[in-house]
Amino acid sequence: MAVADKTGGPKTLHSRPVYYGTLTALWCAVPALIIFSFWMMFESTVISNMVISKLPESLQSLPADRLNLIMNDIKNLVSGNIVSGEDNPALQAAADYYQYLRSISHGALFVLILTLCIAAVSVLQNRIRPDLRARNHVEKLIYYILIACSTLAIFTTIGIVLSVLYESIRFFKIIPLHEFLFGFKWSPQMAIRADQVGSSGAFGAIPVFTGTLLVSAIAMAVAVPVGLMSAIYLSEYANRKFRAFAKPLLEILAGIPTVVYGFFAALVVSPIIRDTGALIGLDVSSESALAAGLVMGVMIIPFVSSLSDDVINAVPQGLRDGALSLGSTQSETIRYIVLPAALPGIVGGVLLAVSRAIGETMIVVMAAGLSANMTLNPLKTVTTVTVQIVTLLVGDQEFDSPKTLAAFALGLLLFVVTLILNVIALYVVRKYREQYE
Amino acid sequence: MNKETNQSNGSVRTADLVQKGLARRYKTEKRFRMAGLCAIIFSLLCLAGLFVSIFGSGYTAFQQTAIELDIFLDPSLLNPNNLSGADFNGLVKTSFFKLFPEVTDRGEKKKLLSLLSSGASYRLSDFVKTHPDKIGQTVSLFVPADDDVDMLIKGHVNRNLPETERRLDNLQLSLINTLEKQAKIKKQFNTTFFTAGDSREPELAGIRGATCGSFYTLLITLVLSFPIGVAAAVYLEEFAPKNRFTDVIEVNINNLAAVPSIVFGLLGLAVFLNFFELPRSSSLAGGIVLTLMTLPTIIIAGRAALKSVPPSIREAALGVGASKTQMVAHHVLPLAMPGMLTGTIIGMARALGETAPLLMIGMVAFIVDIPAGFTDPSTVLPVQIFLWADSPERAFMEKTSAAIMVLLLFLVVMNSAAVFLRKKYEQRW
Repeated sequence: MAVADKTGGPKTLHSRPVYYGTLTALWCAVPALIIFSFWMMFESTVISNMVISKLPESLQSLPADRLNLIMNDIKNLVSGNIVSGEDNPALQAAADYYQYLRSISHGALFVLILTLCIAAVSVLQNRIRPDLRARNHVEKLIYYILIACSTLAIFTTIGIVLSVLYESIRFFKIIPLHEFLFGFKWSPQMAIRADQVGSSGAFGAIPVFTGTLLVSAIAMAVAVPVGLMSAIYLSEYANRKFRAFAKPLLEILAGIPTVVYGFFAALVVSPIIRDTGALIGLDVSSESALAAGLVMGVMIIPFVSSLSDDVINAVPQGLRDGALSLGSTQSETIRYIVLPAALPGIVGGVLLAVSRAIGETMIVVMAAGLSANMTLNPLKTVTTVTVQIVTLLVGDQEFDSPKTLAAFALGLLLFVVTLILNVIALYVVRKYREQYE
Repeated sequence: MNKETNQSNGSVRTADLVQKGLARRYKTEKRFRMAGLCAIIFSLLCLAGLFVSIFGSGYTAFQQTAIELDIFLDPSLLNPNNLSGADFNGLVKTSFFKLFPEVTDRGEKKKLLSLLSSGASYRLSDFVKTHPDKIGQTVSLFVPADDDVDMLIKGHVNRNLPETERRLDNLQLSLINTLEKQAKIKKQFNTTFFTAGDSREPELAGIRGATCGSFYTLLITLVLSFPIGVAAAVYLEEFAPKNRFTDVIEVNINNLAAVPSIVFGLLGLAVFLNFFELPRSSSLAGGIVLTLMTLPTIIIAGRAALKSVPPSIREAALGVGASKTQMVAHHVLPLAMPGMLTGTIIGMARALGETAPLLMIGMVAFIVDIPAGFTDPSTVLPVQIFLWADSPERAFMEKTSAAIMVLLLFLVVMNSAAVFLRKKYEQRW
């Protein structure tokens, strides 16, 4: 505005005054934010290294994992928590040093950001003249920010692939790939000491796969017929009132958190199945694949039904009218005309549902078991990929033992399988849509 | 009606064939229709079963059994200047023994004391700290009972079971009966459940910590995912040129929406915890992971909202001389905002119910303290539910159901807000 006053009112400016302000703000904020996030990222590593280099010689020569423990103690001291073990003056000194470094670092960060801002402002001060095309600059900046935001999705995918792949490669260096993919025994407990008996650690993932397939198959056996039939009924038979009432209710099923389904499966469905089994003389384990699969199927019903509903509605009305006018009943129209026409879309929807069933975690963690049985009997306990990932990673993690790394190998497998399913499904659905558009 | 012509021709006609099959075909039709109806009824029954079982086992958790004690706040024991050092436990013990002068045996006294929750002395200490003027008087105070007593009073435990199968033996049962006769034991509204953090004792456990954790986590998710999601949607829908790069982004987003949530947890563990060294089990790390997970949902909903704004508005804005950015910021975005907000709320609701990725980044730890900031170790409601569901005590089962009810309540509120927004601002062009 000051610039404008000198030269004869805002009319002479190229852009509206607010753009000059926005430009300045953007030039200050964006570099500052970038610096800030990088600083925060590397601060702790740098400080830790500096503190370690100041530690007494005796402590520095320790192996890396012990050094990490000491570093943790120091950090705890800094935040005022109680440290395990006795008070060590060396540690105390290190903690003070750590605190000192941290305050320096924060101060330096503040000063740096302030200088940046001042620099940006002073540079802009000279450049802000009535003929500066401020709006165009601002718009260009906004455009780049928008691009940055939308590429985040790519970075997420890359991040997933890299992080999972990196740990998996470390795992496959210890356990060969073919042993993992085609081994028949899964018992990830490794011996901690050499003289320990029993747990040698076996990473044959076939039992885990069969368990996953079994549970997913049960789930699909529930979800596909029920979901498809309800979609057909809702889109072809139901009157508007019933549809308005039943559809939101079905969608509630999709909105319930999976942990709630898990609780339901473990505390309600499992006991019912076990008691019924006992009644007719069957030996059902308390964490049967059947219970987990059934409840998972119920969870997926709305998913299947809403996808097939869309697909069925996309079938042109002309096809239906034609079939009806030839004298076929409504069910014949649906079975011989509508469903075949909608089949590709339905298959795509079912594939998406399968990928969901495979990746579903909480229900199986709570209702299926841990022991990796090689069985197709739905009344027995089985384990799944997701259950194994959770059990291997919750609790103590050592990133050099195959036990922890195995979780990442399983995660990689899960990611690849669901990715393939999704790509096929999305492709099929897309192709199908184009067909009738 | 065709009988005569039929007979005269002496041959079977098509109409006849149709007539013959008609009954069977109508039957099939009816069966098919019934199957459809049954499928819907089956799903609705599952929904009903889920709700009934959870509400049925959970509603009692909103009440808690308390025992009334007449406590003489002995001034010789309570120094107003040093209240934290006072022996509140001893005070509770003596006043409880006073109720049962006939119990003298050491073993029996121990059994008697086990009827009280270990939180009884905290209750007393809180009371004295807020009312220091009451020292020297006798006050009557309700202190929480042990969870076994709680279960018995609520009728979850059968009193007629043989002694060996009960958690409380005959002596304790008779003591409780005496208390009941004196009306010293009664059920109160369970405030602990809403004000306490997690605890190993069911009667002292609450959801405050988990709710705060959920709040912080969702706040981070919202602050990060809403602007980024809107920006990405605007770019893809309004600015992006049609080329390979845009296609890659689009395919990526669609795929990310279908990646299992646990994989995001692995990402969080490997990248945010191990590489960037964010604090473990903090709501900061949890919020970032959930942001990555909900972003595709928000972007897809945002694009749908932008698509529904008619091109005539864009053309009008451009026609009066607005730049493309101005057109989007001043006209398209405000019109698409309700749709975007709806998508965001739905994404937030999903994030609120998400458990698996948070297990991976350590939010599953047993945390008693109520988190006060974004970097404090915390847990969230669904994880709390998971933890309680794993606990063996009978009393935790009703706590779990109650926590589920609270979680579902939040979800219902969020989803109705989304529906309300959609209804209110829905525009048909």
